Amino acid sequence: MLYREAGQFKSSYSADMAMFPIRQDRIALALLLVVAFFIVPFVASDYFLRAILVPFLILSLGAIGLNILVGYCGQISLGAGAFMAIGAYSTYKFTTGVHLPLDWFGTEISIPPLAVLPSILLGGFMAAIVGILFGIPSLRIKGLYLAVATLAAQFFFDWVFIRVKWFSNYTPSGSVAAPELNFFGLVVHSSIERYLLCLAFVTVFAFIAKNLVRGSLGRQWMAIRDMDIAAELMGIRPFYAKLTAFAVSSFMIGISGALWAFVYLGAWEPLAFDINRSFQLLFMVIIGGLGSILGSFLGAAFILILPIFLDQVPHALGIPISVETISHLVFIIQGSLICYLLIVEPHGFARLWAIAKEKLRLWPYPY
Amino acid sequence: MVAFGQFAEVLIGGLLAGVLYSLVALGFVLIFKASGVFNFAQGAMVLLAGLALVRPLDYMVAQGFPVWAAIVLGLAFAAVVMAASAWLIERFVLGPLVNQDGLTLFMSTIGATFIIEGGAQMIFGSDVYPLRLFPTDAWFLFENQFPGGILVNKLDVWGGLIAGILVAGLAVFFQKTKTGRALRAVADDHAAAQSVGIPISWIWFVVWLVAGLVALVAATVWGTKLGVQFSITFLALKALPVLIIGGFTSVPGAIVGGLIVGAGEKVAEVYLGPLIGGGIEYWFAYVLALIVLLGRPQGLFGERIIERI
Amino acid sequence: MKADVDPKATMTGDVEPGQVMLSVENVSLSFGGVKAIRGVSFDIRKGEIRAIIGPNGAGKTSMLNVINGFYHPQEGVITFKGRRRSAMRPYIAASQGIARTFQNVALFKGMSTLDNIMTGRTLKMKRGLLSHALHFGPAKSEEIRHREAVEHIIDFLEIAHIRKAPVGKLPYGLQKRVELGRALAMEPELLLLDEPMAGMNLEEKQDMSRFILTVKDTFNTTIVIIEHDMGVVMDLSDRVVVLDYGQKIADGTPAEVQSNQAVIDAYLGVAH
Repeated sequence: MLYREAGQFKSSYSADMAMFPIRQDRIALALLLVVAFFIVPFVASDYFLRAILVPFLILSLGAIGLNILVGYCGQISLGAGAFMAIGAYSTYKFTTGVHLPLDWFGTEISIPPLAVLPSILLGGFMAAIVGILFGIPSLRIKGLYLAVATLAAQFFFDWVFIRVKWFSNYTPSGSVAAPELNFFGLVVHSSIERYLLCLAFVTVFAFIAKNLVRGSLGRQWMAIRDMDIAAELMGIRPFYAKLTAFAVSSFMIGISGALWAFVYLGAWEPLAFDINRSFQLLFMVIIGGLGSILGSFLGAAFILILPIFLDQVPHALGIPISVETISHLVFIIQGSLICYLLIVEPHGFARLWAIAKEKLRLWPYPY
Repeated sequence: MVAFGQFAEVLIGGLLAGVLYSLVALGFVLIFKASGVFNFAQGAMVLLAGLALVRPLDYMVAQGFPVWAAIVLGLAFAAVVMAASAWLIERFVLGPLVNQDGLTLFMSTIGATFIIEGGAQMIFGSDVYPLRLFPTDAWFLFENQFPGGILVNKLDVWGGLIAGILVAGLAVFFQKTKTGRALRAVADDHAAAQSVGIPISWIWFVVWLVAGLVALVAATVWGTKLGVQFSITFLALKALPVLIIGGFTSVPGAIVGGLIVGAGEKVAEVYLGPLIGGGIEYWFAYVLALIVLLGRPQGLFGERIIERI
Repeated sequence: MKADVDPKATMTGDVEPGQVMLSVENVSLSFGGVKAIRGVSFDIRKGEIRAIIGPNGAGKTSMLNVINGFYHPQEGVITFKGRRRSAMRPYIAASQGIARTFQNVALFKGMSTLDNIMTGRTLKMKRGLLSHALHFGPAKSEEIRHREAVEHIIDFLEIAHIRKAPVGKLPYGLQKRVELGRALAMEPELLLLDEPMAGMNLEEKQDMSRFILTVKDTFNTTIVIIEHDMGVVMDLSDRVVVLDYGQKIADGTPAEVQSNQAVIDAYLGVAH
């Protein structure tokens, strides 16, 4: 089957505006989904599902969220970890019931424990609200200055979740264990179930993200990214465009944080969401491709697989490398790759993929 | 009187600790002023400089070198390492990115940060290495006036002195030398500076070298304070709010910003901390910076930017 | 000129052709100590092509920036369709029907020609976040409706062949055309063109002139144009205002301005 669009004529704008206008892409995506949902669960080993695919899917979702903000709207964020934490802890509070005495107002907020799914979505909403709050400075400040505002979010929430014991329900160790993952009577327990749950979430949100970025809102984000002054003179309200980007981005990152805590870790401490997590997501976005949903997946895969690769391959070849050296090597390779991609191909792996597809369309002719 | 004595102690301690933040912030300001690059790698450079100093120094002392000779040779070796890394960064990271926008340059320095952190630890090791270049005991001042006196760390005073000398030296360098003027021209506009014949790669090398040497100076003080270890890289994160408050382009701003952050977070920790849970040093500087940002985005000493289209 | 301000025009709403649509009164703008504009007044009538000319640094672009709210003048008032204001956000100017192209092309580099022009429709698209997320029903039909409008503009400007090309890689002349398309997509009542023909060859200039005249005739759009090419200015514009060192030194028909001694001095550089 050749990758060629000859003979595929579009007779309506609707067809031309489809998510994947080229038929082969649609077939490939459908195949990928069939494989992911119906074949992978039965052929992949338990270790592969639990230790590689589940974190890959969850962090891909986080990377998509961050990509909306950084790659599409051009607002740099070094605080993604904080928003994952907000998603995780909010979800935890909603599943275990919220009791917040407000003595100053002589009242209290009391919400009975909720089911897992609404809790996760509410966790996303809490992250979105905080995201909007920390996005407000972006209306006055740009670029690096904004990076500092997002770092403020990172450090502030690190501290909040360590110091304010209310969030961890006063457990003595400060570590928190997720309750049973009960989805309307269906208990998610095995690795296969966890994998399918994450896959479902990621599929839904990846489609939503793709829809958003190709519509009017996505164009507003990209316009702000490419030339914010001109965008405003075109009638795009920076206020609306930036804050929706912060909201959508934080929502998805919050959901991924909830999944990371509940589905992948099971029990966690605030350290799971520290600044290293923020950098990890940012690297996924830069390496995968700024402004590309596909790139978010590629970046997540690369960043996750690199240490595993360095751990296994030299070992298999009989070259002894200490654990420490591996972690240093990971640093060096990630850093070099970021510099290299920024210099040579700012749109990351996704762009390389697009170039490959372009070549394939013309193959065997060079032009 | 006890309360005032305690306050004075906290304030002085904070101000002096702030000067140490300024030492790191200075490196940022230098590079930003001269190349428009916000160098996230400054903290990693402090780590590299510290490791390149302490490891040979320990080795030479163990080999029976006199301590003063070991220190001098160690400093010289570290300076050479910083020069080499400045050259490498200019040649392979920033050189190819001339005329890119600030955000891309910033992200490339995040990449450089990881390379330096990984490389420095791979070559020199990743333990905690104690460094003793300055006295670490304390003075007790005004013991007659206040019970117990006011505790002042000698190291912090040394840090202040060194920062003062450094600032004076840098001011002369920027204002009086030909290279200094060229640096300012490059900061204004890469392409324009190139077109009047300023060798931009040489200038950038010089800037990174100077910033590397500032990092070395910071490493001597911070290494003595904390030991040379990985967590020294987090100084970069502490220096960020200092820069926001002082303004990215101002050397005096880096000093004043450092003082404000140092004093502010110590005072807040001691007087506000007990009320809301302690440990607020961790984020106080950032919240302070955020407030400054909203009120005066260019910082206290920064230049206002006129947008045009 | 002030005498013929129509009383109707002082009220909010539509302006009859030939009447004053926008007036600039005594506007001054300075940056720090530098005075970019000093006490300039002029007006723009509905349906005309109004040229602003002057030597480099005369304050022409700053004037456009004041008109569409990007710069806030320290003194003076702008009245547009009866609404008086001295300062406002640029997107409000856009929502009142003022569109703009830029001296140094300010396209959204990372986006295709089509997407760039589609951004011009932003103000006309009403669907919110959630319906976009699902790209379903109303959001989809809205998108298709606006796509049709944009395709008309693409046909008109003869840029169909670069519809899906990223604009960053297009030649300069085409970028200028895409930028015009983006402004037209807003269906503006007042179109501000900042040197639309800078750096173009004769043929491209002729094309662009043709587009501008067609826009004026078919959509009845009022146009303000900054241009250095005197031939173009004389051919296209109905009235010309001349700025020099931030001050207005002449205002009138092309012929009047051309014979004005102050204008000749400004261009030939007589000592001030």
